[in-house]
Amino acid sequence: MRINKYWLLLVAVLMAVALIFAACASQTTEDDGSGNDTIDNPVVRLATTETVNDSGLLTYLKPYFEEASGYTLEISAYSPSAAITAGEEGEADCLLLHDKSAEEDFVTAGYGVKRVPFMDSYYLIVGPASDPAGITDSPSAAKAFAKIASASGTDFVSRGDGSEVYKAEMNIWTKANINPADQPWYFTTSSDMATTLNMAGERQAYCLTDKTSYLANAANLGLAILLEKSDDLKNTYTLIAVDPSAWPDANNAGAKAFIKWMTGDQASQLIADYGVKDYGQPLFYAMDNQ
Amino acid sequence: MEYFVDAIKMLLGNNSELRDIVAVTLQMSFFSTTISMLIGMPLGVLIGSRHFVGKRYLVRVIHTLMGLPPVVAGLIVFLLLSRSGPFGEFQLLFSVPAMVIAQVVLITPIIMGLTASITSVRANSLLETSRGIGIPRRKEIGLLLYEARIQLIAVMMTGFGRAISEVGAVQIVGGNVQFKTRVMTTAIMLETNKGNFELAVALGIVLLLISLIINSFAQRLQEERND
Repeated sequence: MRINKYWLLLVAVLMAVALIFAACASQTTEDDGSGNDTIDNPVVRLATTETVNDSGLLTYLKPYFEEASGYTLEISAYSPSAAITAGEEGEADCLLLHDKSAEEDFVTAGYGVKRVPFMDSYYLIVGPASDPAGITDSPSAAKAFAKIASASGTDFVSRGDGSEVYKAEMNIWTKANINPADQPWYFTTSSDMATTLNMAGERQAYCLTDKTSYLANAANLGLAILLEKSDDLKNTYTLIAVDPSAWPDANNAGAKAFIKWMTGDQASQLIADYGVKDYGQPLFYAMDNQ
Repeated sequence: MEYFVDAIKMLLGNNSELRDIVAVTLQMSFFSTTISMLIGMPLGVLIGSRHFVGKRYLVRVIHTLMGLPPVVAGLIVFLLLSRSGPFGEFQLLFSVPAMVIAQVVLITPIIMGLTASITSVRANSLLETSRGIGIPRRKEIGLLLYEARIQLIAVMMTGFGRAISEVGAVQIVGGNVQFKTRVMTTAIMLETNKGNFELAVALGIVLLLISLIINSFAQRLQEERND
């Protein structure tokens, strides 16, 4: 009986000590601000565009982020304008976008905290390997487009929809001071990238595409990459946390944790590796955020 | 109702793309119906008026082809015309001629089958008479076609109706390229998907109006011949 009493006392003391330690521990993590052990809301809702989602990058990064942070990432893919609307209506905690002026408007309007650019990719000009318009050594995409426009017997196939790729294409035509619409050599599919690339392949025409779509379809197309790393083909991806003053329910802590992880070393390395195994080359280039 | 009013305004306005779509549609339907008639009507008369071994099976095949799904016709023509296909060197894919070819594949059996069943009804008595009065055999096809001309106008309209309203085949081989191979049906599909219902309704109205005008014309023709 006496022994039992001592045991009880010992257990009680140990429990008290453990409690104090636990309290201190959680105190320190809160001060630390990483929030790893005291996650109020474990779900981070990320809104992004279909183009980003289709690249598969996010589903590839998701388990690493979840393991490192303890959060659960919920990814929703929208059209570019709908992704921004999701942020404006508080249906997302964090946005991953690639349209600088729209992002700036979003932040200026008070919906987003700030733009955090974290990686780049390049659009490609693809076309017949024989390159009849001779664009391979062009200093810029605008110069290449001008060559395609003035060459005879070369077609250009365009998406002609509301996509980012098409917007980028139109910007390049504007820079080249050419209005391609209605030209006999200009084909507009009003359809997705794969359909557009197939038509370009069939016609052996030039086409502006994102790298993922091209590499995923390259085997059957008969088209070669003719121009890549030019400044006017660059596409910068940005993370924006939804401003908690606009939407108090938004999971700002989660969004911060996601942005912090995405701009960190682990994510940079994972992004640099992505695509290398399947296509022999990276699809995205992480920025140096340190 | 709002869409309807907007659509009418769009039609009366100066929409060059709409006019372009209508022009391509009419061009395509005209050529595919004409070519299908040139092939299908003489062959249909031959099949309908003659007796030969295996006729039953041939008619069965033609009747099956009359129900050929447009997407299947489109797919076959796509594969034939694609760059790696047997006719790839002509670079016809995603052009109006490619759409006409696909529609000819689709419409010829319909015209052939209908013509055959129309001529078979009167062929025996007619041929007996014509042989009796000494009309040469080579003129028989022309005679049968002439005698069936009123019903053949209806056959033509069936073919034309199929050509102008068809969407699957022309989408596949035409690719719905703006200003080039976009026709009314593929444009309606596209605008509906884009949520652009005004233009979709406007195109639907034009499509129906064109059908109405051409059918009225054909009816007049039938009535005149009947008199």
